Amino acid sequence: MALVDQDTADLPAPENRVWKKFRGHSSAMLGGVLVTFFLAVALLAPILPIPDPAATDWGAVRQAPSAAHWMGTDEIGRDVLSRMIWGAQASLLAGVISVGIAVIIGVPLGIIAGYFGGWIDAVISRCTEALLAAPFLILAIALAAFLGPSLTNAMIAIGISATPLFIRLTRGQVINVKVEDYVESARAIGLPTRLILSRYIFPNVLPPILVQATLTIATAIIAEASLSFLGLGQQPPAPSWGSMLNTAKNFLNQAPWMALYPGIAIFLVVLGFNLLGDGLRDALDPREH
Amino acid sequence: MPDQSPLLSLSKLSLRFKGQPVCAVEDVSLSVAAGEILCVVGESGCGKSVTAMALMGLLPPGAAEIHGGVMTFDGQAFDLTKDRVPSDLRGGRIAMIFQEPMTSLNPVFRVGEQIAESVQRHSGCSRGDARLRSLEMLRCVGLPSPERLLDQYPHQFSGGQRQRVMIAMALANDPRLLIADEPTTALDVTIQAQILNLIRDLQRDTGMGTIMITHDLGVVADVADTVAVMYGGHIVESGPMTEIFENPQHPYTIGLMASVPRLSGPRQRLTTINGTVPSIRQMPSGCRFRTRCAFAAETCSTRPAQAEVGPDHSVACHFAPLEQMLKVAG
Repeated sequence: MALVDQDTADLPAPENRVWKKFRGHSSAMLGGVLVTFFLAVALLAPILPIPDPAATDWGAVRQAPSAAHWMGTDEIGRDVLSRMIWGAQASLLAGVISVGIAVIIGVPLGIIAGYFGGWIDAVISRCTEALLAAPFLILAIALAAFLGPSLTNAMIAIGISATPLFIRLTRGQVINVKVEDYVESARAIGLPTRLILSRYIFPNVLPPILVQATLTIATAIIAEASLSFLGLGQQPPAPSWGSMLNTAKNFLNQAPWMALYPGIAIFLVVLGFNLLGDGLRDALDPREH
Repeated sequence: MPDQSPLLSLSKLSLRFKGQPVCAVEDVSLSVAAGEILCVVGESGCGKSVTAMALMGLLPPGAAEIHGGVMTFDGQAFDLTKDRVPSDLRGGRIAMIFQEPMTSLNPVFRVGEQIAESVQRHSGCSRGDARLRSLEMLRCVGLPSPERLLDQYPHQFSGGQRQRVMIAMALANDPRLLIADEPTTALDVTIQAQILNLIRDLQRDTGMGTIMITHDLGVVADVADTVAVMYGGHIVESGPMTEIFENPQHPYTIGLMASVPRLSGPRQRLTTINGTVPSIRQMPSGCRFRTRCAFAAETCSTRPAQAEVGPDHSVACHFAPLEQMLKVAG
């Protein structure tokens, strides 16, 4: 072992290699910085010196940004900055957890359908198509209404609505990859199906799934906003960017800042996740240099 | 040719792909002894790769139905119609090398990991030991600075190097039998010779039996101890290599040998076998070569039996041996 270690000492460890490539990718770094920033803000909300996001001040309704309220106040005098910071929690949670649910359910089902084919594929695919036949948002609204209004239920509803996307994407990719010679040679060295799926199929179908996931986080954040608007997501007075934006649209003329900041935040987070996903895909692919 | 009881024998393998009228492989029997190289030769689509896949138990279930065939390996018998070839045999005591080294390695893992995976699967040793074994194997197949290559990805290797990696992977568990499916077809000629020499040397050192599938008679002449010639899913002739080359008895084998270009002798047009291989849907009954055979007669519409024409040399032709055929043809 000593010999091996010595001889390979000049090679960077694989973790370094991925990180190095990622760092060299400037747009990916920008994405990473954006996502990290919003994550930090969301996590630090309880300790930041900001007013209570639910505290109303009838003496300061719809005030423009000022030294006292950096982002102004909303229609019942709540501090927009404070609501933005607390709302980041709801929005990021909704984005990440609902996509997490969709990936955790969708990818294994897609792999099973694609790899084994036959009746099992037929069953999974027909169910997927049935779910896809309903528009994403309508399905999420129906599910959220069925589950009852709360942020958790909204995340579950969005997650389930996004699942068929991942099943179909994964299945298609697996069908491509499973006929590759290296899968055959994995079988020829006697690897059990479990290992073939986890080490030969899964890593080779991962890149498009990763990109789809970051794109879907963006969609999910917007879906959460829509559900909150309908009263099916974040419950008032707790803030989320979506519900803020949807209230703000009634005051676009009188108080444009109410819409401006949540809009910018959603835009930046979505952009951040997209850039991050692109960069990750490139950095994780050993074939690209 | 070492005279031992065969390491592997396959008797009367018949299989048919779903939706096809005739068997893609019919009554194919083979045997290889330890330390022996058997070359299975034939044109594309004659069933040679399918036979190898069936031996490895790699045919996709559902796509092909096996009608008959008993494989005996190292004293264990498997009825291929019922038993699945156990997966711990694959990659352990029976190893396989494929035709396309460029795509036969998982692009997302370092080659060292891939070799180690096979070692760990079959010997259950630790990761460190498996890594050492991978290093030893890379050195063994003649790759320069194996310590460095261990941590490289497949795309950083050339075709010849990848085929060496595939060989390293196949031999990492000291298999008793190696099945090489056109191992040199995708490589250029100089690399081809190197890889063949490597396989032959390793085979000599380890005493494993080898089934080499090829359509290249040059390869056969180079490495084979025994040869089985396949046409249209049948074995038409089998025997020791020198016998097949110097004394071919089946009209198809004769045609094959005549069509090899030679450097010596007067320049002349290459001899060819007339016609093309009929598609599986239009396979003639009886002798499947009869539509292209100069000697074809009415009796050829029945299946010819294997006739012994010499020691270990058998031919599936109604007119064998050749003298008789020439007499009939006048």
